[in-house]
Amino acid sequence: MFGYVTRRLLTAIPTLFLIVTGAFFLIRVAPGGPFNLERPLEAKVMENLNRIYHLDKPLWEQYLYYLGNLARGDFGPSFVYRDFSVAELFASGLPVSLQIGAGALVLALIAGTLLGIASALRQNRPADYGIVGLATLGITIPTFVIAPLLSLVFGVWLGWLPAGGWGGGAWSYKVLPIVTLALPQIAVVTRLTRGAMIEAMRSHHIRTARAYGLKPWTVIVVHALRSAILPVVSYAGPAAAALLTGSVVVETIFGIPGVGRYFVQAALNRDYTLVMGTVIVIAIFIIVFNLMVDLLYAVIDPRVRLG
Amino acid sequence: MKQAAMTTDGDNVLDIRGLDVAFSTNDGDVRAVRGIDLHVRKGETVAVVGESGSGKSQTMMAAMGLLADNGRATGEVLYRGRNLLTLGPKALNAVRGARITMIFQEPMTSLDPLYTVERQLSEPLVEHGGLTRKQASARALDLLKLVRIPDPADKLRAYPYELSGGQRQRVMIAMALANDPDVLIADEPTTALDVTTQAQILDLIADLQERTGVAVVFITHDLGIVRRIADRVVVMKDGEVVETGSTEALFAAPREAYTRMLLDAEPSGHKDPVSESRPIVVGAQKLGVSFRIQQGFLKAPTVLRAVDDVSLTVREGQTLGIVGESGSGKSTLGRALLQLLPHSGRVQFEGRDISNADKAGMRAIRRQMQLVFQDPFGSLSPRMTVGQIVTEGLLVHEPTLSRRERDLRACAALDEVSLDPSVRNRYPHEFSGGQRQRIAIARTMVLKPRLVVLDEPTSALDRTIQKQIVDLLRDLQREHGLTYLFISHDLAVVRALADTIVVMKAGRVVEAGPAASVFDAPADPYTRELMAAALAPVMSG
Repeated sequence: MFGYVTRRLLTAIPTLFLIVTGAFFLIRVAPGGPFNLERPLEAKVMENLNRIYHLDKPLWEQYLYYLGNLARGDFGPSFVYRDFSVAELFASGLPVSLQIGAGALVLALIAGTLLGIASALRQNRPADYGIVGLATLGITIPTFVIAPLLSLVFGVWLGWLPAGGWGGGAWSYKVLPIVTLALPQIAVVTRLTRGAMIEAMRSHHIRTARAYGLKPWTVIVVHALRSAILPVVSYAGPAAAALLTGSVVVETIFGIPGVGRYFVQAALNRDYTLVMGTVIVIAIFIIVFNLMVDLLYAVIDPRVRLG
Repeated sequence: MKQAAMTTDGDNVLDIRGLDVAFSTNDGDVRAVRGIDLHVRKGETVAVVGESGSGKSQTMMAAMGLLADNGRATGEVLYRGRNLLTLGPKALNAVRGARITMIFQEPMTSLDPLYTVERQLSEPLVEHGGLTRKQASARALDLLKLVRIPDPADKLRAYPYELSGGQRQRVMIAMALANDPDVLIADEPTTALDVTTQAQILDLIADLQERTGVAVVFITHDLGIVRRIADRVVVMKDGEVVETGSTEALFAAPREAYTRMLLDAEPSGHKDPVSESRPIVVGAQKLGVSFRIQQGFLKAPTVLRAVDDVSLTVREGQTLGIVGESGSGKSTLGRALLQLLPHSGRVQFEGRDISNADKAGMRAIRRQMQLVFQDPFGSLSPRMTVGQIVTEGLLVHEPTLSRRERDLRACAALDEVSLDPSVRNRYPHEFSGGQRQRIAIARTMVLKPRLVVLDEPTSALDRTIQKQIVDLLRDLQREHGLTYLFISHDLAVVRALADTIVVMKAGRVVEAGPAASVFDAPADPYTRELMAAALAPVMSG
């Protein structure tokens, strides 16, 4: 187990290296640069800026310089948010995104699993149709429609919750963004759980459990859900990575100072170091969560051998 | 009052009265069981016999409250005077798994793959027996010893996938007996097992019944088993009981035509011998197939010899029966002969050496050698019509045929296997197992092969259907001078079809010779064991 984890983390290093290299050159291929503004800067100013940020050097030299800094744990300064380093931006934004993302993930897993089970146990009855219908709706309606709608209803009309903002992290400010972010995920998890539960409930070993008079809880949760949860687990890995690294739409609409916005803004602004920082953070999240999924899989299903 | 009831029904532990089971489907209600009466006395063994679809399993599923969601049961299933059909879930759960238990046909999938044997054996003990987990574990170990599993302490900690089919069925039996039940319902518990394992499981059930006094309801389509273990037989057809009586009486003088047909369904007859002067179609010398099993990154792979040093000759019009338990290498041997697996040693087909011939070299002779599989449900593509399935081989081997000519060939082939040619526009799911196997046979016949390898073609079928397929295969062989390699663990079928037999065990041939001499005077102890296990019920009666 320990050996497996170590091995997986070691193989992550070349993966990360390839991702960093690919991203570094790709963003440089895009036309323009961080200081190409609508009103062009004076040539002298531009020259100074380029020298300060080492943009006057050949590309391969810049690449080696970046790698060297990275190896020391230095993500470099942001080119656009002039007074901040990339590390500082993440230090302030990532905890915010993590809170919203983790909240949404937990909510999606709990609500989705419960709804999926409820739906599966009432297969082809009105409750099932209702849940499946809502889930389909949840997947089809985009977040940028749900977010303003929730904000309008609960924030403006009913006035129960703040319509937007972060409020220094008070819980009431987190509810709407978490719900918005969770809704489509609830829909996906519901559908996955429902399908897997229906199949599990039909399996022979569930028939055995029922024939032996076990309690409904034992039959449904201990026996059926344990095998039905496997597809949800494999979905939850990449989903967690995506949720925890923040959502552009939700953070923009609710005005939340997370890191989700950086991804889009940095790319548009050619904020080279911030783009690289975002790519690395997301890559690490994906690698770590995929590893966790594989470990969890082996815990749930004894037939899976890690190696 | 209660006393009076006890004197009339006191001996019956299970009393089914006027039971009706219906399933609502898109085509309306289907009545699977039509008002049957059936009772089980204390400690007796009742066999419920019938073909698939006769409603024998659904009767017991209804009694246990295990019908599918679209199923409804009406009537009475009385256990000690209480109607199980109207009990609430709590009261029903107090009966099933404790007083009435069940073992199933599918030992491979009836246990939860995610929990240890210990955990699963303990569950009913904790639930019904009120034991603590610790007490239950101790009792589970005793139960495994009772059902004579080798290394019970190790097996207790094992997961189901680490056990063989026979061992899993033993675990199921242990679970069934855990709470000293009054009734054990066994739904085809040995159908999926090898003959030798089958005999062991039957002996075990009989032995445990004697020791514990449990009543057994044995659902089966195999009359050999019935004669071996049952006190009383109930024959079902189309959801109704057509005949019932003591095993002796029923076997001696069956009243109903249907019962006689079931009794007559043992494959019978022998094949006419083939002259030694006929040309040799297949020959093999020192044939071997090995698989390398990689066990770890640094460990050297172990080599599994699936087929080891096998030599054989089959002449035109002959049938070679290849017999053995699962894992004996008989299917692997068949595939190696057809050049579907790399092998060592030499193989000739019609005098030509085809050992490890490449794809291109084989293509010309592929149509001469065809294969029919065991599973009639998995081996036909569900998205092709029967006509397309039957003629698909022609697309490869006779690409110049017009669509019309192919259609005519399909009709002829279907006609040959006694299917109405008009079925060629339908899809496989509309056919029964026996009909599907006929389609699979038509698919090979359309190519006019010389050699057909039949890999357990009748194992998934009812006895009566088996007999029809055996007759069909015999007719086709006579008409076209076909050569068969018949792979099976079912000795009764092999005996009816084969000229010569090889008996395989762990990849090696332990005995070979003419069918009559192998059956009547087996020389090898393993062959004798196989014969005893398979033919004992028939011989003793």
